[in-house]
Amino acid sequence: MEKAIRKYWPIFVLPTLAAFCVGFIYPFTQGLYLSFCKFTTIKKATFIGFGNYAYAIRDAEFWHSFWFTALFTVVSTVLINVIAFAIALALTNKIKGSNLFRTVFFMPNLIGGIVLGYIWQILLNCVLSLLEKPLLALNATYGFIGLIILMCWQQIGYMMIIYIAGLQSIPEDYIEAAKIDGATTRQILFKIKIPNVMPSITICSFLTITNGFKLFDQNLALTGGEPAHASEMLALNIYNTFYSRTGPQWKGYGQAKAVIFCIMVIAISMIQLKVTKSKEVQQ
Amino acid sequence: MKRNEQIAKTIVFAILCILTVLWIYPVFMILINSLKGDAFISTNNVFSLPNAESFVGLRNYIDALSSKGFAAAFGYSLIITLTSDILILIGTSMCAWYITRVNSLLSKICYGLFVFSMVVPFQMLMYTLSSTADRLDLDTPYNICIIYLGFGAGLAVFMFTGFMKSIPLEIEEAAMIDGCNPLQTFFQVVLPILKPTLISVAILETMWLWNDYLLPYLVLDRKKYMTIPILIQYFRGSYGHVEMGPMMACIMMTVLPIIIMYICLQKYIIKGVIAGAVKG
Repeated sequence: MEKAIRKYWPIFVLPTLAAFCVGFIYPFTQGLYLSFCKFTTIKKATFIGFGNYAYAIRDAEFWHSFWFTALFTVVSTVLINVIAFAIALALTNKIKGSNLFRTVFFMPNLIGGIVLGYIWQILLNCVLSLLEKPLLALNATYGFIGLIILMCWQQIGYMMIIYIAGLQSIPEDYIEAAKIDGATTRQILFKIKIPNVMPSITICSFLTITNGFKLFDQNLALTGGEPAHASEMLALNIYNTFYSRTGPQWKGYGQAKAVIFCIMVIAISMIQLKVTKSKEVQQ
Repeated sequence: MKRNEQIAKTIVFAILCILTVLWIYPVFMILINSLKGDAFISTNNVFSLPNAESFVGLRNYIDALSSKGFAAAFGYSLIITLTSDILILIGTSMCAWYITRVNSLLSKICYGLFVFSMVVPFQMLMYTLSSTADRLDLDTPYNICIIYLGFGAGLAVFMFTGFMKSIPLEIEEAAMIDGCNPLQTFFQVVLPILKPTLISVAILETMWLWNDYLLPYLVLDRKKYMTIPILIQYFRGSYGHVEMGPMMACIMMTVLPIIIMYICLQKYIIKGVIAGAVKG
């Protein structure tokens, strides 16, 4: 059978592979090459070695956006996962109307980042001006808090769904047995439920970390990086380096930053893979 | 003990109700403001319901549909999402079947590259991708799906191969012995078995395609084509006076179909999310 299929590779693999070359492999390798070049268009590129990287590493704005992103990722990951897990616990505890709650909490995930950003920009700016505080675009701290609120609002539902699936897959017998042995609710939670949903916890924390790190649409729509790039996250910083500056050097800097960004994301994924693998061995 | 539990449950229920209100309120706020005149959407009036003075009926909606290009943007978004979805589903499922069933260097390299592509952030290739698309004339809503097939293949192939490994070989072998060629086997035997995964992948891809902003913004010919996210960004991004009324109406018209779809397809969407999480 394998031989018969093998002959058909031009039909089965080639179309997707060709599109993949156009949409990923070619731009990726070209991007890698261009990060060592000074260029304004792709045709006018001159090789300059590590100059772009040297600039990117010394760029204070880039580092600021890195720390802003890192802090955002940590805070949002913790908040989203704790709240989502708590809601999932409540909803799996035979509460009235749990289907309705689940439906409502998941809804924001289907709305795109740009639209969400503007909905919350309008809402938060009105709240802030009623409290006579500076608007989102004028104060980076409020911008940060706004982003956290927005991401919580959007992602809690998604993570909740995964946690509910994890909690429901715990066999009833475990909990029954623990109850008969006289375990308290707290003990059941920490000794049975949490260890058994560890796979869900790794998946959810990984998803929230990468989502936070790669965040772009919401950042652009909610604060746009204002004031003066202070609420700019990595992805937006790279975008602005590329497209909102004029001068022959900026595109090269942007591409070098993008490569550094890409390496960071890959590193996070590798760590995640290691953690998941080691958990699998234990079970 | 029993009574304490009852009280705890009531408190939890109350908290969940408050959260529900918080979750619905932003959308509700957009709805009430989309029915008001432009002048009444200011800081002090945002939270109040429309009254006789500020109520303008559906004028904002008509305005958004006729003069603000919402209808066209909706159409383009729909075309892009549909064509890309179909192309991704057919292309990647075929590719994934080959990868799981044929143990060759080609399938190993392909699989490795697809998985790698899932991790790479879009910023890494946004500039080169948009110039590649430009040179190949892939910058209209009708053929941008090829770019999406290339860029979105990773996740889809990954999910399909994960599921295909669990399909028993015997069914396909039986079909081949009965005289099916690989194409017939795939479309008549494998594809029907794949149906639940097809739905899951379709839902995950649709959630991405419909809401994607940066890729179409950079790739499409901006003067001619706008998708919904681009249109809404354009409302705010253009300097000067922002017409809040029509913008609210646009947001509402974007959000409403999604919510209706969601309520109808809820079961599948939630299954799709869980499948994506387990495989991802």
